[in-house]
Amino acid sequence: MVPIQYYTALSAILFTIGALGVLTRRNAIIVFMSVELMLNSANLVFVAFARSFQSINGQVFVFFVMAVAAAEVAVGLALIVAIFRSKHNINIDQINNLRG
Amino acid sequence: MPNDLWLSIGAILPIIVLAVWACLLLLVDLFIPAQRKGWTASLAAVGLLITLAVILSRLGQSQSGFGGMVMVDNFANFLSILLLASGLAAIALSHDYLQRTGIERGEYYVLLLFSISGMMLMGMASDLIMVFLALELLSIPLYVLAGIAVPRLNSEEAAIKYFLLGAFASGFLVYGTALVYGASGSTSIAKIVQVIQAGQHNLTLLLAGAGLILVGLGFKVAVAPFHMWTPDVYQGAPSSVTAFMAVGAKAAGFAALLRIFVLAFPVVSLDMTPVLWSVAALTMILGNFVAIAQKNIKRLLAYSSIAHAGYILMALTPYGQSNVSADSVASALFYLVAYALTNFAAWAVVIALEQADERGLELSDYAGLGRKQPALAAAMTVAMLSFTGVPPTLGFVGKFFLFRTVIEGGFIGLALIGVLTSLVSAYYYLRVVVIMYMQEGEPVVRRDGWLYATAFVSSIGVVALSIFAGPLIALASRAILNLF
Repeated sequence: MVPIQYYTALSAILFTIGALGVLTRRNAIIVFMSVELMLNSANLVFVAFARSFQSINGQVFVFFVMAVAAAEVAVGLALIVAIFRSKHNINIDQINNLRG
Repeated sequence: MPNDLWLSIGAILPIIVLAVWACLLLLVDLFIPAQRKGWTASLAAVGLLITLAVILSRLGQSQSGFGGMVMVDNFANFLSILLLASGLAAIALSHDYLQRTGIERGEYYVLLLFSISGMMLMGMASDLIMVFLALELLSIPLYVLAGIAVPRLNSEEAAIKYFLLGAFASGFLVYGTALVYGASGSTSIAKIVQVIQAGQHNLTLLLAGAGLILVGLGFKVAVAPFHMWTPDVYQGAPSSVTAFMAVGAKAAGFAALLRIFVLAFPVVSLDMTPVLWSVAALTMILGNFVAIAQKNIKRLLAYSSIAHAGYILMALTPYGQSNVSADSVASALFYLVAYALTNFAAWAVVIALEQADERGLELSDYAGLGRKQPALAAAMTVAMLSFTGVPPTLGFVGKFFLFRTVIEGGFIGLALIGVLTSLVSAYYYLRVVVIMYMQEGEPVVRRDGWLYATAFVSSIGVVALSIFAGPLIALASRAILNLF
């Protein structure tokens, strides 16, 4: 069996990649994909620990996270489409009407 | 087992009533003509009142449901009542405003109800997964509400910024939850406490999880350095949405922070308290100093809301000391009430002065309000004094209570920062008052009964409740967190 540390290390790497993606990428869709990567790295931790504890809970939570992520996609893509219609652009550096 | 299920359903009955009402309203709204959306607003208000009645009929009981996933205790009921009242105020502010800015749609009120049900669930959630679900249930409708003024570009921009940073924050929260699960083998707060008492937890993972959960919820309640979205979202979203979001999202976020930290994480308080200390101090300093430079009233109130998140977080700092933590909860709840009332008084005036195409929102537009609309100017003055923390307002009592808790916990330096930044905040709050009374101008004011009623009821409440604060303090002190 693969030791649990390997899974947590992998998920930490994925989480960091996701977080860096959110902070450095400028395309709204790619930012959003990076967020999904963060959520999925958490899913990996859940599943790995559920297996090592021999408990089903962690695996059930993954379904919750997936369902919520799907709901977020629905709203998020609708917002991105709305903003693309008005600006013909989804670069978040150029979405900068609001400033004080 | 079925008996258990019915008890569980009974425990969350208020949320079920509200959610079902919202679903039905979505259908009923199809048959309401576009010029008569006032009916939808009234029906939404009726739904909130029914939910309120359900809660009031069962006050004082404390029950848990769904295997400890939700805990309906005095704390949860206190928050639910606060949130439902905020929802009613938000509807009163919304109807006329939405109509004259041409964005009145039936789904606005439905989304508001869904968001409130999520916030109420957040107050009850006693399992980290439940916290996550409740957070999403309250956030997703808020993302849509922030963008409901499409195709107005500012509103779209507010929505996308709120959405991307909100989803980013959820990522932190879920990862934190996963690490806590790894550290303790459970996400239920009661079970986590058992594992910690037995000493079977993994401290490193628990600490990392607690830190990530703080980041995730910190985004939601807008504490520095996770506040970047707040000014843009508050400015771009329709004002009635902002007024509600400022209270609702903050109350729900702090509810979850209080329950999780006070109950489950005292064991990591040695490491978390310095973090909370510096986050609270940074938030108060940054919020208040940046607010000075603002010319737009919505941005000013946004930075003010950041500063107030800092004050409330200050109460959480001594959460690990078991003799102070009850006061932490009570003073945070009390301050949330004070903030909610003050906030609605201020936003009612802002909405009364806002014109089409987002004009009428500069501070200079308030010149002459004192002469033209003395009553409205008085309401705004009360709100500004309460935000500053000047007696006799609820803001003063709330801050007094907060500072007392912090000093009880032994953090005199933090309390000092709080007092000094309050002094700084007097500069920009009182500037609004000075502009209203001392400068000449012809402000254009919208006359609407509900708007005026909200402004007056909240501002009178701010003064009256500060004089008779005893019962409210007693209520807040009785709103303790139950573990089982």
